[in-house]
Amino acid sequence: MSSTLAMFLGFVAVTLAVTWWSARRSSGASAYFAAGRRITGWQNGLAIAGDYMSAASFLGIAGMIAFHGFDGFMYSVGWLVAYLTVLLIVAEPLRNSGKYTMADVLAYRLSPRPVRAMAALSTLTVSTFYMIAQMVGAGSLVKLLLPGTSYEVAVSVVGALMIVYVVFGGMLATTWVQIIKAVLLMSGTLFLSGLVLAHFDFSFARFFAAIGSVTWTGADGLTVTRDFLQPGAMYQPPWGAIELLSLGLALIFGTAGLPHILVRFYTVPDAPTARTSVVWAMAIIGLFYVMTTFLGFGAATILTPANIAVENMSAPLLAEHLGGELFFAFISAVAFATILAVVAGLTISASTSFAHDFYTNVIHHGRERREGEEVRVARITALVVGALAIVLAIRLQSINVAFLVGLAFAVAASANLPVIVLSLFWRRFNTGGAVGGLAAGLASSIVLIVLSPSVMGTTPAALIQHAPLFPLKNPGIVSIPLGFLGAVLGTLLTRAQPDADAAFAELSVRANTGIGAERASAH
Amino acid sequence: MNRNNDRTPIVGAETDVAPLGRDTPKPAHELTHDEDRDSVDWATVERSPAFAELLAAKRRFIVPATLFFVVYYFALPLAVGFLPELMSRRVAGVLNLAYVFALSQFVMAWTLAWLYVRAAARWDRMAAAIAAAAPRGTGD
Repeated sequence: MSSTLAMFLGFVAVTLAVTWWSARRSSGASAYFAAGRRITGWQNGLAIAGDYMSAASFLGIAGMIAFHGFDGFMYSVGWLVAYLTVLLIVAEPLRNSGKYTMADVLAYRLSPRPVRAMAALSTLTVSTFYMIAQMVGAGSLVKLLLPGTSYEVAVSVVGALMIVYVVFGGMLATTWVQIIKAVLLMSGTLFLSGLVLAHFDFSFARFFAAIGSVTWTGADGLTVTRDFLQPGAMYQPPWGAIELLSLGLALIFGTAGLPHILVRFYTVPDAPTARTSVVWAMAIIGLFYVMTTFLGFGAATILTPANIAVENMSAPLLAEHLGGELFFAFISAVAFATILAVVAGLTISASTSFAHDFYTNVIHHGRERREGEEVRVARITALVVGALAIVLAIRLQSINVAFLVGLAFAVAASANLPVIVLSLFWRRFNTGGAVGGLAAGLASSIVLIVLSPSVMGTTPAALIQHAPLFPLKNPGIVSIPLGFLGAVLGTLLTRAQPDADAAFAELSVRANTGIGAERASAH
Repeated sequence: MNRNNDRTPIVGAETDVAPLGRDTPKPAHELTHDEDRDSVDWATVERSPAFAELLAAKRRFIVPATLFFVVYYFALPLAVGFLPELMSRRVAGVLNLAYVFALSQFVMAWTLAWLYVRAAARWDRMAAAIAAAAPRGTGD
């Protein structure tokens, strides 16, 4: 048995023990959906980081920097800055006025059923697409890290574990899986960064001098020397800058609309703790992205691109080169843990939204017919969503699904965020606006992605064999304004609600003062 | 609506059967949505000067801070995309303007978060005062 497999099994054993412990101590809806709202600030900060930092950030960005230098680093900046939107605009009002999902906030002022139905649709779209991208990534990763394991087995194991965490352990188990993953990921990254600096005798001057002139011999036999701090390797003008701008918009506005991040704020006792947890998350996520540059630049200078066969393998190969086989195994196990924590978070947010928004509030008008029904429906949904994700990930294995991550952020930024923000701050906003904004954001993101170079192309790998009709891979720059436009037009073209002033007064007072906010459970 | 109507009838005051139910109001987390909804006179709170002051204080910080970080962040891809020669200029050793600008984004984000937390501690006190003085709603 390889040491990678042993470490992976160790992680699985610990997380299953956590799930068993969570299942024993929690009962009731607020325990299942929101971990009893008793997660502390630093714990939730770690869990947000664990929920957010996917394998794409860990392996993908390190690889991008190892091959493209500065442009990869510029790409990673937005992932941290995006949390300012979460901190300044969304986290506290959401915690003060909601119960389990973002639709709770919308339902205060607006006609609950159409708004919740659209919000559930958008949440399920974002979560499922993001989950499939993660699962396909997991399958391909296993082929590289654990030779001999088939893609199908890897996807099924990841899917089965995430179902077990969510169905039996609920939000409490999911939170602790994310915390454990964040700690593992941070310690692995810290140690690897330390090894990189040690390689340069802890001299930043020597490290950066090496980054300034990376020399390697390409496959064509030509020796190349490049300054890896020079911009322009990936994003060339003029479309390059617009592409990056569009991606930045999707990150800055999308992170604050990602359902699996938003549900995390319901797990803490009050709004000040939600605020503290975002600050913790920003410290951890920022440190992580600064360290990815050490990993990426380290791989570029120590290994050189000539010795890295696959871009995503830069960090694990660097770990093997500097820390030996055992450290390679540790970093590989961290990559698995990373994927598992993210997909568990996606599964619980999808099943919460379906059970709470769609099943209870849309179909049954906000009433549980039997005690505990909502939790039972959420558990069944988690099982179905998980099984569906396994099947889809196996079906789509030969397709490059990286665009699904972009799609998830685009939908979150173009559909969810405009509606959340307008509902919190615009007195005139009404149901027509919410439905219009959600529909316009959702539809424009999907249509533009389908017409983009991610899906259309003349290469054999493209899903649709036709020259792309939309030039950008990230639709944010067009779809976000369309989402806002849909929300504004929907509002102005429909009549103001009769009780609009009273409803806005209630939401505004709740969101800004925390009066009547959901409290932590007493036991 | 009477929240304390779940007491078992006391059959004979001299028995040693303790009444179930309770005399104190329900704690906030046990209120049902309908009970909770009417617990505060929202419109009066919204019109109060203290609440207007809280909103104004928040607006004074959040609006300029948001504009600042959005402009600062998008200046990076715009500068790198449209002024590549300027951004490639080295400022210290091999470090160029683009790299220093990108790195400064991290410092900017952390600093702004710290300033926000400082300001928000003051809003917490204002909000607590408003909550303590909030008039009860019409529903009972």
